[in-house]
Order: sequence, then C-alpha cells, then structure tokens
Amino acid sequence: MDNMMKTTRNIMIVGVGGQGTLLTSRILGSIAIRAGYDVKLSEVHGMAQRGGSVVTYVRYGEEVAEPIVEEGQADVLIAFERLEAFRYLQFLKEDGVVIVNDQRIDPITVVTGVAKYPENIIESIKDEFRMYSVDAMNEAKKLGNAKVFNTIVLGVAAQHMDFTKEDWIKVIEETVPPKTIELNKKAFEIGYTI
Amino acid sequence: MSKKTIMLGNEAIARGAYEAGVKVSAAYPGTPSTEISENIVKYKEIYAEWSPNEKVAAEVAIGASISGVRAMVSMKHVGVNVASDPLYTAAYSGVGGGLVLVAADDPGMYSSQNEQDTRMVARAAQVPVLEPSDSGEAKEFTKYAYEISEQYDTPVIVRTTTRLSHSQSIVELNDRVEVEDKVYERNVRKFVMMPGNAIGRHLVVEERNNKLIEDSCSFPINKVEYKDTSIGFITSGIPYLYVKEAMPEASVLKLGIINPLPKKLIEEFASKVDKLYIFEELEPVIEEQVKSWGIECIGKEIFTIQGEYSANMLKKAVLGETIEIKEAKQVPARPPILCPGCPHRSVYSVLNRLKIHGAGDIGCYTLGAVAPLNVVDTTICMGASISTLHGMEMAKGKDYIKNWVAVIGDSTFMHTGVNSLMNMVYNKGTGTVIILDNSTTGMTGHQENAATGITLQGDVTHAINIYHLCKAMGIEHVYEVNAFDTKALEELVKEETARDAVSVIITKAPCVLLKGVKFTTKCRPVMDKCKKCGVCLKPGCPALTKNEDGTIKIDETMCNGCSLCMQLCKFDAIEEVEA
Repeated sequence: MDNMMKTTRNIMIVGVGGQGTLLTSRILGSIAIRAGYDVKLSEVHGMAQRGGSVVTYVRYGEEVAEPIVEEGQADVLIAFERLEAFRYLQFLKEDGVVIVNDQRIDPITVVTGVAKYPENIIESIKDEFRMYSVDAMNEAKKLGNAKVFNTIVLGVAAQHMDFTKEDWIKVIEETVPPKTIELNKKAFEIGYTI
Repeated sequence: MSKKTIMLGNEAIARGAYEAGVKVSAAYPGTPSTEISENIVKYKEIYAEWSPNEKVAAEVAIGASISGVRAMVSMKHVGVNVASDPLYTAAYSGVGGGLVLVAADDPGMYSSQNEQDTRMVARAAQVPVLEPSDSGEAKEFTKYAYEISEQYDTPVIVRTTTRLSHSQSIVELNDRVEVEDKVYERNVRKFVMMPGNAIGRHLVVEERNNKLIEDSCSFPINKVEYKDTSIGFITSGIPYLYVKEAMPEASVLKLGIINPLPKKLIEEFASKVDKLYIFEELEPVIEEQVKSWGIECIGKEIFTIQGEYSANMLKKAVLGETIEIKEAKQVPARPPILCPGCPHRSVYSVLNRLKIHGAGDIGCYTLGAVAPLNVVDTTICMGASISTLHGMEMAKGKDYIKNWVAVIGDSTFMHTGVNSLMNMVYNKGTGTVIILDNSTTGMTGHQENAATGITLQGDVTHAINIYHLCKAMGIEHVYEVNAFDTKALEELVKEETARDAVSVIITKAPCVLLKGVKFTTKCRPVMDKCKKCGVCLKPGCPALTKNEDGTIKIDETMCNGCSLCMQLCKFDAIEEVEA
C-alpha cells in the first residue's frame, strides 16, 4: 500500500431514491477491497428510498472506524442529480472534487409550487470546487439504455480515484447483472474518456 | 474455509445464523431488519419464513427452540412490541435449542414511527442483549449469542441499529457447524407457564441474571482498551466507532453485552480513568445503572437522546472543538414520494376529491398524509387504521365517520389489521375500510405475504383470499375494484361511507416496482389540446411537470402509463401510446 493511502478516503454518492446509488457504492466498495483496503459503506433503505434524497458513504483506507462521512470530509462527491449535488456541498473538503450528472429531477415541493428549483447550480458549484459534469442520461440513451447512466457517471468519477482502469472493469464484471456486463463496460468507457 | 468479504450488517447476522447451525428462522419484514431474512433464505440448510407478524414469528422460533434446534427470529424495534408477549414469557421458560431474537433499532428514524430503545424492553423482560459494532462482530456476536442462549438457558437479543444493519464492512467467513439437536423431553414446569410453574421460573430468571452479571465480566465480547487514562469511555455498538474516530487515544471499555451489565468490569474500568463518559445512542440505559452504583460519570448531560451520533458530535461535546462547517445551501426539500404509476396515488386522488379523512396505517401509503394528497390524518402502528376508526365511531357516533375511511395495505392487513376488522364487525361498527392490495409488502422492498401465494423460500402456496376472508367474517359489503378505475372507486366510496354497516373496498393493482409487472402503455400530452389548467398535476405524480409556457410535460422515462392523469384531464389533452 502506498503512503498516500494511509489516510482514509471519503466518497459520497448522492441522488434521488431509485437512481441506483446503492449499486454504485457497492462497486466502489468492491474495488477498494480488491486493492486491499479496509472499507466501510453506509446505505439507505426503506421509506427514505422512495423518490427522496438519498446518500451513501464509502470510506476506505488502512483502517476505517466510523461508517459515515461528515461535513467537510468528503474527497469526492458523486451526484446523480444537480440539486442533490448542491444539497450536500458542505460535506466536501476544500480541495474536494464534485462529479455531477447534469440532470434535473424536480422534487415534489417544486412540482406542487411550494419551492423553486434553484437556477445556475452547475455554475455556482464551479465557483467553489473542482467540478466535472456530464449529461450521462443523454449519453446512456445513445447507448440504447438510459439505465446505465450511473455507470457513465462512475466512469467520470473513476478518473479522480486511485484505482487502475483494469481493476474497475474487473469489478464491474463481478458486480452488475451478467446480462448487462458488456453494456456497463461500454458505459464506463464513455465516462472514463470524457 | 476462511474467506474475507464485505457484507451488510444484516447479511452478516444471517451468515452468523448459518455458521451457528441455525435450522429455523421466522420474521416479519421491517426496515432496518428485512435483509436478515432475505439473506438467511440463501442458505438451504435453514428453513426460513415470513410470518404474518412478529408475535407469530417469535412463537415459531420459540417452538423450534423447544423442539431442540437453534432458531432465530428477527424484527425491527417496533416489531419487538408486537412480539413482546411471547418474549417476556420465553424469558421465563428458557430454551431447548439456542434462541436468538434480532432487534433492529432505528435511531434517527430513517423509516420508523418512533425511536424506542430495545435495551429498555430487554431490561424489563430480563433477557441478555449483545450489541456488535460492525459486520464482522455482527456475525461473531450472533454465533456467541447461541452459546450464551444454551449455556444460560435463555433467549438472547442481538441488538443492531440502522447504521449497523445498513452499513457494509469486512467479514471473515467460516464454515457452518452442525449442532446436534437437543433431545426433547416433556418438562411441564419449564414450558407450561401457568402461575404455579411461573413462580418457580421467575426465581430461575433472577438467579440467571445474577450469574450473568458475574460471568459476563469475562466474556470475550467485551473489550478494554487502556490508553490515555485521563479520559475513559464506556460505549458499545456503532457509537464505539465514533469514539475510535474522534478520540483514538482515549481509554475505552467497549461492552459486547449490554444487559445485564458486567458490573465488576465497569467498576474496575471506572476506577482507572480520571473522567468517565458513557457514550450510548438513545436512552441512558447504561448510564442510569452505572450512576445507581455510585460511579461518577457524564452522559446525557452532554449527549442527546435524539437521533444518531457521530465523531464530530463527540469532539464538540467532549473536547469543545468547534468544527468549521460550510453553511448548507438553501435548497428545496426532497421528501420521499409515491412512485409514478403507484396505485395508492390513484386511490388517494379519489379520496382527496371527496374530502375524505383517512385513518392510516404503516406502509408506503403513509405518504398519503402529505401534500398534495393530504388524505391520511392518523398513523400509529401496524393495523391501527381500522381500530382507530372504530374508536372514533364509538366515541362520536356513526355520522361522525361518514367522511372517514380506514386505509391499510394488504400485508399490514394480514399483520394485525385482520384483528381490528374482526373487532369492528363484532362490536357493530359501521366503518368503511379500504384495503390497498398491491400484492406485496412494498415499503420494505417487496416481500411476499400470506395473501400473495409465494413463501419466503419461493415456493408456491395457498394465497389467502382477502375478499373471502372478509366475507367469512360476515361482512356483507365487500368489493374488489381496480385501483385505477377512479370512476367506479368514487361511486363505491360515496355509497359505502354513507352506509350504516361495515364495508370493505379492496383496491387492486400491483406495486409498479414489483418484478414481472410490465407496462404496455405510456401517457403523452397532446400539446394543442392542453388548457394549462393543472388538474393532472394535482395528485403529484413525479413524471408530470410544466413546460415554461404552462403546458404539461410528461417524462417518458418515468411514466408507467397508469392513466390517472389521463382520467383527470377534461380536454383529452393526454393520450395513451404504446410503451
């Protein structure tokens, strides 16, 4: 294990319930284990999943104690939706990286007119942090399956983490449903080369 | 075999049951405990079932234990209330084969109606409680629980919390050890809890408890870490990890058993540290006992009884550290909602239109309490919809509930709703009950139930027919209606709420997330017909939004073609197209 990794790395994956944050965090967890790290992952199940704001934490390093990432501690914030990136920005370190899937999903509070969806989120994040955004939904549709958008986002995020491309591919092969392996590999490649 | 892997806390508990040689498992689904049974079922050596409720599940496990095999029953914290009747008495009668009850508490109430602390129940029931901190311990403590159970002749509770149940960490796998069944011998004094026998058993319980207070001081699941002795923590479970994260140099007594408390071990630790903190989420269960022994310590004076803890919270409270945190952005809330195409939304849109109040129950459909549906007025616990409605009627008369209905899901109805309906019939109620039958236990992630015709192990079984069940109670007015046939439903609700007799309306349509549910159509706006009236938006389907000019927009990737918006539109501005 190289020196850099003595400190624990903190990753947060945020999105809207049903977008697949769980699977992505599990892929991340698997790759960190494969690399020999101690790993802790925290997930959200149950009622909170039903279209609500969801967050999962992945921590890896030599020895990891608490399973959650707290404010000001995240190295990487992976957001599957714009507003959700904005909601959790305060969890990032000063030099943290934000990966945003540039998609808008209106929360019920916006649909019913109680609240307004904030404008210029992407620009506003860019002013504060290193940020990479991708219209993964559009890219995934080009591949013929909108559902693999999160693997594209993961591909973008992978560029800012400590594992080799070969490791990522292996873990994807082991984690996603067998029928979707080729599709997911293509999706990852798109994200990884953006 | 010894292999390292990463596992969910619940998955590790299931693995522990497998390795411990458990042969029978029973449960009712409930977040955060559900995945225990969903993982146990993968081990063919264990018989596993969904029981209709936690009381039944506990009794199934007790029966298996009496017959001589190792058994497990798992549930969420509020399930322990339902199971507490058999639990309190099983503590008297003890076990045959080892018996473990897994209770999953929910500090922070991610998916629960209250934040109760199972350790309080365990104290009252005088049942030992073990509390692991991560998945590795979850597996090992589960196995150890069976040792204690058999050695001390008692059921044992393994207590987990949402953060442990739903976090993943590394587990070392071992082989299953087949445990020989205990030989069953008729023992009326032990297993027939009538007063004469129970008086004797209560003495046994007391002796056992006293012995455990002594013996647990040397249990290997407790861990003492002496470092800087100016500060010491007594902690257990997930809070232990926050102590390690925040103050790795402090001395720690990590308790693996938290009921009864290993008194001498605690006294010794307390005598060796200058300042003692008790760091436990929820109620001051450890703290109050330690204080009652005359030991000076700090606990709930500085640590809240509300919600989850964290390392930062500990630093702030103990070290007075101010952690600079950027201010959170002002963003609109995103509460959980019913899915696009959810049959509950269709039923609620009808009830909302008729200005009906709903006595509610536990499930996804509890979300009918909030805007824009605003139908559900009350939610207490599993099965309470029907009985609370009945209580209102008995208090205020039948006219008072003419604009009320009880709403309850199929699984919740089978859980305890059926008792409440029996009561309504027996005591001459006149309430209207709507059973939202979506053919699954939805909120916990789609488990089978007694009305679905499939067992936890995937076998086809007799599906209890809700219609005939209600009929068999002597209810004359029982109807089945498609949940998306809003016209028929509206007529039925009007008629039945006006009627001076019990009626049951079973609204049928499968949960949209259920495997095998296919959508053949989608809804699409017809732009030149849209009058921008917004009626279709009223039920709050997440697939529907407005274009900038105020016309309607339907997200085709989200729409499941349920047709609710189409039925609401008076201008034919929404059409059905092939998916």
